[in-house]
Amino acid sequence: MFGNLVLHLAILLIFAPLLLGIITKTKAWFAGRIGAPLLQTYYDLARLWRKGFVFSRTTTWVFLLGPVIGLAVPLLASLLIPFGALPAPISFEGDLILFVYLFGLSRFFTAAAALDTGSSFEGMGAVREVTFSCLAEPTMLFALLVLTRLSGGLSLDTLFGEHLISSWQSEAGASLGLIMVCLFVVLLLECSRIPFDDPNTHLELTMVHEVMVLDHSGPAFGMILYGAVLKMMVLGALLVRLAIPWNTGWWLSDAALFLAGLCVLAVIIGVVESIMARLRLPRVPQVLIGTSLLSIFALVLVLR
Amino acid sequence: MLELLLIFPLVVAAISLIIPNYQLRSWLLPVSGGLHLLLSISLAMEPFTLTGVWLGLDALSKLVLVVTSLLFFGCALYAVGYLEIRRDRGNKTMVPCLLIFLSAMTLAITARHLGLMWMAVEATTLSSAPLIYYNRNKLSIEATWKYLLICSVGIALAMLGLLFVAYGALDSGSPVSLQLDTLLAVAGTLSKPWLHAGFVFLLVGFGTKMGLAPLHSWKPDAYGEAPGLVGALLAGGLTSVAFLAILRGVQLMSAAGDGAMARQALLGMGLLSLFVAAIFMVRQPDIKRLLAYSSVEHMGLLAIGVGIGGLATFGAMLHLINNALTKGGLFLAAGNIQRAYSSKRLTEVRGAISVLPVSGTLFLAGFLAITGSPPFGPFMSEFTILRGIFANQRPFVGLLVLLFLALVFIGMGSTVLAATQGEAAAKTSDFRDRLLLCISPTAFILLVLLLGVYIPEPLQQALQNAAALLEVQP
Amino acid sequence: MMELTNPLLLTVILINFFTLGSARLVACIRIVAVQGALLALLPLAVHGFTAHAMLLSAGALIFKGVFIPLLLLRAIREVRIRREMEPIIGFVPTLILGALMTAGAFLFADFLPLAAEHHDGLFVPTALATMFSGFLLLITRRKAITQVLGYLMLENGIFILGVLLSEALPLLVEGGVLLDLLVGVFVMGIVMNQINREFSSIDTESLTALKE
Repeated sequence: MFGNLVLHLAILLIFAPLLLGIITKTKAWFAGRIGAPLLQTYYDLARLWRKGFVFSRTTTWVFLLGPVIGLAVPLLASLLIPFGALPAPISFEGDLILFVYLFGLSRFFTAAAALDTGSSFEGMGAVREVTFSCLAEPTMLFALLVLTRLSGGLSLDTLFGEHLISSWQSEAGASLGLIMVCLFVVLLLECSRIPFDDPNTHLELTMVHEVMVLDHSGPAFGMILYGAVLKMMVLGALLVRLAIPWNTGWWLSDAALFLAGLCVLAVIIGVVESIMARLRLPRVPQVLIGTSLLSIFALVLVLR
Repeated sequence: MLELLLIFPLVVAAISLIIPNYQLRSWLLPVSGGLHLLLSISLAMEPFTLTGVWLGLDALSKLVLVVTSLLFFGCALYAVGYLEIRRDRGNKTMVPCLLIFLSAMTLAITARHLGLMWMAVEATTLSSAPLIYYNRNKLSIEATWKYLLICSVGIALAMLGLLFVAYGALDSGSPVSLQLDTLLAVAGTLSKPWLHAGFVFLLVGFGTKMGLAPLHSWKPDAYGEAPGLVGALLAGGLTSVAFLAILRGVQLMSAAGDGAMARQALLGMGLLSLFVAAIFMVRQPDIKRLLAYSSVEHMGLLAIGVGIGGLATFGAMLHLINNALTKGGLFLAAGNIQRAYSSKRLTEVRGAISVLPVSGTLFLAGFLAITGSPPFGPFMSEFTILRGIFANQRPFVGLLVLLFLALVFIGMGSTVLAATQGEAAAKTSDFRDRLLLCISPTAFILLVLLLGVYIPEPLQQALQNAAALLEVQP
Repeated sequence: MMELTNPLLLTVILINFFTLGSARLVACIRIVAVQGALLALLPLAVHGFTAHAMLLSAGALIFKGVFIPLLLLRAIREVRIRREMEPIIGFVPTLILGALMTAGAFLFADFLPLAAEHHDGLFVPTALATMFSGFLLLITRRKAITQVLGYLMLENGIFILGVLLSEALPLLVEGGVLLDLLVGVFVMGIVMNQINREFSSIDTESLTALKE
């Protein structure tokens, strides 16, 4: 039990920044560049930690709370989900609701921290980010509902248990495919990737997430960066488990399989980022509602 | 023989595309129309019904075939004169499209497989769309688009109805087929809900094509903007073909024992059509739209006739002929009037009889005929239908019909009298009556007059046979 | 072969959703072409490799997957339209309505007195859902070309139902249906071109002069 917890946290903390490196490398390869090294994120985190804080005089304690919660929430959320075949360290009935709303909590504090600076710029970004995430929440919940219906339990560990193999081969396979697509869209949205947000942009009109973290610096920014990659790993873990539902029995090979799956996912995100352009802002709600309808449709299919 | 009837218009259509001479191309139309008419009459004279798997002629189809063929011949003769004065628009589209239209109508009439009939009705929509667009202006393009889309969607729904009917045979152990004779034989075993649903969709789909209210919205636009001869063909020929398609559905329902339900539906739609037509005909300033609403009214009468049954069905069959011929005469005369005044609205068209003595008189005579004045043919058929209604103990329906007919007479009368009588105030073009453009409408109106006075014995027999097909009980 | 039909039919429904929510005309035409091509595989999946099924599949593939999209793409190239405008009820309400009706189709199909082998299948709900989506496109969109796409989707839905009843629809009739569809789209393309010439747009809002 304790070993499981340690293994879980170790995998999470050590490997999460690697994902970002893989994404950047994939994008660079697509563009014909060599790009930053795979371990660049680790270097960035180390660099940021060594710097000093710079706080605006108009901010309060809420401002620092944003990055702290942004780091704590993915850590807690990761404890609720299984990493591949490794079971979740903490699991109880109804923890899927806690999972979804932990992210809500972190979003609230990020937005609050952004608004705390008093600049209208951050306010604009906060509005966009919160709207988009609101529209993505039904998708997430319906996807989890489909899994609940298929597994019969209410704990995330049971939702992603071994019955997935038989579910894939039965008629529900189509629904599982659909919710994988929906969860992928949610992943792209929550982690502010193209086509919903451009992580490399620094122009006022196009920033959504970037603008909210504009005022943080030094270790606070490091916490935000680390929190973002942890969130990507946590949400990606759901997708990987859906795609690779097999158990090998030995923890080392399970972990290796899981990490391999995550790397493939990162490559896919990189490919998607390279071939698509960012959506026009008014189109984003339409796409999100379309994805919600897809997940509702998947639920209808399973309920028949 | 039947295949010949279908194929030779297509062959002539292909030939017309390569003939360089304008006049010759126009004359192809009456020549093929005449041949078609002779062939149809000789086929109809055969005493027995021909039935094959794909094509055949029973009493109903013989009737519709001869009427349509006659109408086409008359309009083709008119077309030669019309195309002569419309050299600016040319005849390279009109001649082939008209011939393909004839072939498609013949296929729809003679088909014994409902799927084939469906395909032919859709083909008539497609081949008549370019004809409506002949005048190439904003209004006719709007009319063509509406016609194309509404009729295509309607026909798609009719296909759905056919599929429902076929589905009804799936669990019953009978062969699943859309061949008419097979279906009529196993009609009793078809699953009832599917058969009823199928009939409803068939009625809606082919009713759109026929122009029954509330599916008639394309009619005023299409008939109003199309050239006169196209309007005549659509109003007289195509509506009869669509009516035949609905009658196949009624045959099916009667064979299954649910004829009463089919009749109720037809009666309802017929009364609604009469009502709508009567309302829209009052104060209608456009003479061709007036004729379109008149077409809606007469489709309603046909539906009521079949919906009541018995003597009224005989009346409906007679009315099919009368309506087709009178509409032919009316539309052709209206086309001439429009040519003379360069307009079809009452603001410009006044005193048509003084400007165009033949066409104006024909228009007036046609109006009297179509509203049921004796001694013209429609009076006999409408009277028969009314007799049938009262004989069937439906006095309320009969009174409604009489009321609507009276309204129609008043409405149509005010427009037609205003258009034909009086002084020709507005400027007119130098178009005047000429032989080829007047011979067909005159012939049609004279035929209608003849039918009002005397119905020859063979024709009576043919009408009885046709009506009998619809009264088949299981 | 039944396992192949379920993913096929689900993809068809997804294509319905995509078309309802998309504004890019070229993408819509291509995706309706893909829908037609997928449906061309349906007779093979249901009836196996009989001559009837193979000819029908080949015909449907060529007509719906190749010729009709070619005609439509040529039509919009001449008209030079690339985007649809906001539909009469808006994109998001259209999508929601389409999704509601798809769910309704699934529920309704359970109440229909279907033959035993069709009861739990996806054929009838997919057919109903596709027909309804086509109808929705027809009545809520303004551009003439999207109305034609709606008509094509309506025909696709009817085709799905027709595959179940292939004994009733011999090859001659199916061939005739496909030919009618092709010629229909051809004529509609020509009329659209003429609309563009007269009005300089294919916005059907301008086709409202005829009244009464």
